[in-house]
Amino acid sequence: MIESALVVLGQAVAALLVSPFVVGVIRKVKARLQCRRGATVFQPYYDLFKLFRKEVVVSTSTSWIFTATPYVLFASTLAASLLVPIFLSQVPFSFAGDVITVVYLLALGTFFLILAGLDAGSAFGGMGSSREAIVASLTEPAMILSIFAVGLTAGSTNLSTIVHKTALMQGIVTDPPPHLMALAALFIVTLAETGRVPVDNPATHLELTMIHEAMVLEYSGRYLALVEWASALKLLLFLTLLSNIFAPWGIATEAEPSRMALGLAVWLGKVSGLAVVIGVIESMFAKLRLFRVTDLLGVAFILSLLAVVFFYILRV
Amino acid sequence: MLQFFLLIALVGYGLGIFLPLLAHRRPHVQNVLAHGGALLGAVGGVVVGVMGLAADSPFVFSLPSTLPLLSYAIRLDPLSAFFVLVISLVGVAVSVFALGYVREFYGRHSIGALGALYNAFLFSMTLVVLADDGFFFLVVWEIMSLVSYFLVVTEHEKAETRYAGFFYLIMTHVGTAFIIVTYLVFYQQAGSFSFEAFRNLSEPLPQALQSVAFVAALIGFGTKAGIVPLHVWLPYAHPAAPSHVSALMSGVMIKTAIYGMIRVYFDFLGGEFPWWWGFVILTVGAVSALLGVMYALMEHDLKSLLAYHSVENIGIILMGIGAGMIFQSYGLTHLAALGLLAGLYHTINHAVFKGLLFLGAGSLLYATHTRNMEEYGGLIRRMPWTAVFFLIGAVSIAALPPSNGFVSEWLTFQSLFLSFQIPDPLIKIMLPIGAAMLAFTGVLALACFAKAFGISFLAMPRSSHARNAREVPVAMRVGMAVLAVVCVLLGVAPMVVVPAIDWVTTPLVGASIADKVLAEGGLALMPMGVGFASISTPVLGILLALLAPVALLMAVVIGGRLRKRFYKTWGCGITLKPRMEYTATGFAQPIKQVFSTIYRPTVKLETELLEESRYFAKRMRFETHIEPVFQKYLYDPIVRGLNAVADRLRVIQAGSLQLYLSYIFVTLLILLLWVR
Repeated sequence: MIESALVVLGQAVAALLVSPFVVGVIRKVKARLQCRRGATVFQPYYDLFKLFRKEVVVSTSTSWIFTATPYVLFASTLAASLLVPIFLSQVPFSFAGDVITVVYLLALGTFFLILAGLDAGSAFGGMGSSREAIVASLTEPAMILSIFAVGLTAGSTNLSTIVHKTALMQGIVTDPPPHLMALAALFIVTLAETGRVPVDNPATHLELTMIHEAMVLEYSGRYLALVEWASALKLLLFLTLLSNIFAPWGIATEAEPSRMALGLAVWLGKVSGLAVVIGVIESMFAKLRLFRVTDLLGVAFILSLLAVVFFYILRV
Repeated sequence: MLQFFLLIALVGYGLGIFLPLLAHRRPHVQNVLAHGGALLGAVGGVVVGVMGLAADSPFVFSLPSTLPLLSYAIRLDPLSAFFVLVISLVGVAVSVFALGYVREFYGRHSIGALGALYNAFLFSMTLVVLADDGFFFLVVWEIMSLVSYFLVVTEHEKAETRYAGFFYLIMTHVGTAFIIVTYLVFYQQAGSFSFEAFRNLSEPLPQALQSVAFVAALIGFGTKAGIVPLHVWLPYAHPAAPSHVSALMSGVMIKTAIYGMIRVYFDFLGGEFPWWWGFVILTVGAVSALLGVMYALMEHDLKSLLAYHSVENIGIILMGIGAGMIFQSYGLTHLAALGLLAGLYHTINHAVFKGLLFLGAGSLLYATHTRNMEEYGGLIRRMPWTAVFFLIGAVSIAALPPSNGFVSEWLTFQSLFLSFQIPDPLIKIMLPIGAAMLAFTGVLALACFAKAFGISFLAMPRSSHARNAREVPVAMRVGMAVLAVVCVLLGVAPMVVVPAIDWVTTPLVGASIADKVLAEGGLALMPMGVGFASISTPVLGILLALLAPVALLMAVVIGGRLRKRFYKTWGCGITLKPRMEYTATGFAQPIKQVFSTIYRPTVKLETELLEESRYFAKRMRFETHIEPVFQKYLYDPIVRGLNAVADRLRVIQAGSLQLYLSYIFVTLLILLLWVR
C-alpha cells in the first residue's frame, strides 16, 4: 500500500518536474537550428514561477467556468498522467483506467478549455475553440485505434499491461507493419494534440494561425501558469506513450528502487530524444493551412485503422 | 406488495387523466391535479421497476376481453421491469418540472387536456413495456403514438408544428404497420397473439420467415427509435412538442422501440439467429450514431440539436446490442451479455441525461421565449442553476469521465474490441471499425455540446431575450436537479447498476456476468475479468476531486495570495459588442467545411453595392443551408410517387353516391365468388 502510494507520488512528481524541461529542450533545439543561442532549457521553469506570482487579470464578461477551467484542466491531465507507465511498467492506478480513459480524461480538459475560450466573448477565443474542436475530433479516434492496434498484440487496452508485456516480450508476436503504422499515426496525433507545427504553432500570436494560443489568450498570471503547465504535461504524456508503448525497454518491470531509478533515467533519455526530434520537425516544416491539417489528421486516422486491419490480416 | 405499487402507478396516471378534466377553466388546479397524479404514478412505477428487477419470478396478470384474440395480459419480467424503471424515473423528474413549466401555457392552451394527455402518454408507455399479448401491445402502442401526436401538436396554431405532427403521424403508422407484420409472422405459427405462445412456438419459424420478422421488427421499431434513414420525423416532432413532453419523447418513448427489439430478438426468437442480424443492427447503429451527431452539429435550434443527439445515442445503444447479437450467434454468451449490458446501460443513461438536457432546453425556452441558440449567451449569470444542471447533462452526453455516459460508452468500446474472440476474420475486422466510428461519434458529441453550452450560457447576451432572462421557478429546478443527481450516481456507482442490468440480461442470453465484470471489490469494471481492460469511475472521480485542490494548493504555495483584477476582454482597442462574438454557426463552420461531402452545404451571398463605388457594399445578405439528403433523395421521390398514384386513382372517385354503392356491390360479388 505504502509502496503503491510512493510510486504514485513519484510518478506525479516526475511528470510535473520533467514536463517544463521537455518544452525547454524543444525550444533550445529550435533556437540552435535557427543559429540562435536560445534561452536555457530551464527557462520554462522560470516562466512558470514568474507567472504564478503575477497578478491575474480576469475579463468582466467571464463566469466561474473561466476560473475553474485551469484547475479542471490541470487535474484531468495529471490524472491521465497517473494512468500512464513512466518508470514502472505496472502503475498502481492501472485498474482505474485504460487507454480510452486516458483519451477521455484529456478530452475532459479540452472540453473545459473550449468553454473557457468562448467565455470571454472575444472572437479570438471563439476561433481557437472552434478550431480546437475540429482538431480534437479528428485526432482522438486515431489515438484510440493506434494504441488499440498495439493492445491487440498484448491482449489488453490497459496501458500497464501493454507496456509490461512488451517490455518482457511476453507472448508478443511482433508484427512490424501494424506497429509501424500505429507508431506513425500516434506520432501525428502527438503533434496535433500538443499544438505543434505543422498543425499549430506554439510560438505564434497571429490570430490567423493560432489554435491553442487563441483559446487561452485571455488567461494570465497563475491561471495561465496552470494552463501552460497542463499543456507541458500533456506533451510529456504523449512522448511517454510513444516511447513506452513502442520501445518500453529499460523500464522497471518490478517495483525495486534501483531498477526504477534506472527506468527513470532511461525514460528521461527517451523523452528528451523525442523532444529533440519534435524540435527538428518544427524547424523543418511550415505550419499547414487549417484545412490542410485535416488531410494530415485523416492520414493518421486511416493509418491507425489500417494498423488494426493488418493485425488481423497477418494472422489469417 | 408488487401488485399494490403497480396499482398505485396505474391509478396515479388514471387520476391524472380524469381529474384535471373536471376542474374546468381553473388552470392552476388542473396543473396540480394532472402532474400530482403523474408524480404518484411515476413514483409507484419506480418502486414496481425496482421490485420487478429483484423479483425471483415474473409477475403475471391477465383479464379476458370481449374481443377475439385480445386479452389484457401483462407480465413483469426483469426486462419489462427495467424499462418501467427507466420510464418512471424520468417520469418523476419531468412531472415535477411540468408543475412549473406548464404555467407558460396558462390561458393559451387547455391545461386540462395537456395534463390528461401527458398522463395518458406515461400510462400507455408503461403498458407498452408490460403488455404480454401481441394484440394488446399493438393497442397500447397505438395509443402511445396517437397521444404523443396530440402532444406534439399542442401549439397547433403554428404551421411548422402542424407539419411536424403530420410527418410524425405518417411515420409512426408506417412503423406500426411493420410491427404488425412481425407479430403476424409469429401469429401464423403460434395461432395466438399471446407472447407466451410466441416464446414457445411448437416448431421454430422457418429461416425465411425469421428473417422477415427480423427486418419488419427492425423497420417497425426502428421508425420509432429514429434510426437512420427512418429518423427524419424525429428532429421535427420532438422539438415541436412542449419541452417536458420532448424530454419524455426523446428520453423515454424511443426506448420502447429498443425494448421491442430486445423482446423480439432475444425473447421470442430465443437469441437464435444468424450472425448477419447482429451485423445489420451494428451497422445501422454505427451509421445512425455518426450521422446523428453530424447533423446535430449543424443545428442551432437547441431542441432540434438535442433531437438529433437522440438519433446518435440510439445508434450507440444499437451498437452495443448489435455486438451482443453477433457474439450470441457465435455462442459467446458471456460477451453477448456484455454487449447487451452496454446497450441497456446506455439506455438508462441516455434516458436520464437526455431528459435532463431537454428540461434544460425547456428552461431556456421558458426564460427567453426562443429556441435559437444564436439569441442566447451569458445565461450562466442570469440562470446559474439551469447552467449547472445543463453542464452536468452535457458532460454526461459527451461521455467525459467520470460521468455515466463514459461508463456505458466505455462498455460499448470493450464489447467491440473483444471481437478478436470471434472466429470469423471479417467480423474481427469490422468490429474495430465500429469502435473507430464510436470514437469519432464521441468526440463530435463533445464538440457539439461544447458549442451548445458555450454559445448558450457563456460570453455576453446576444439578444434582449437573453439579457432579460430570469432563473426558472423552483419546481423546474427541482425536476432538473433530480435527473442531475441520478446522472452523477449512475456514473460513480456502476457496481449497483451492473448487477441490476445483469438480472435483465441473464434470462435473455443465459449467462450471468455481473461477478465477472465487477473487479477490485466492485470498485472497477473489468469485462470478463480477463484483464483486457478496466476502469473505475469512483476512483477517477475521487482522483479528479483531489487533484483540483492540489492544483489550487500548489498555486497558493508557489504564487502566494491571489491578486485578481477585473477588466474588460481584450478587443484590439475597441469595445467588444455581442455582435462580434463567435456564433454557433461560426463555431461549427470548420466541421461543415471538412465534412462538406456529407453536408453538401449551399451558400448564397447577395451583395448590394454602393452606387458611387462598386468596391463598397451597402448591404450584404448571407445564407447557408445544408442539404437534407434523406428527405431529398429518399422521401421526396416516395411522396411524389404516392401523389402520382393518387392522381391516377382519382378517376374512380367521381363523388357520386350511386357509383360508390356499385363499387361496394361489385366488391361483395367478387368476394363471394372467391370464397365459394
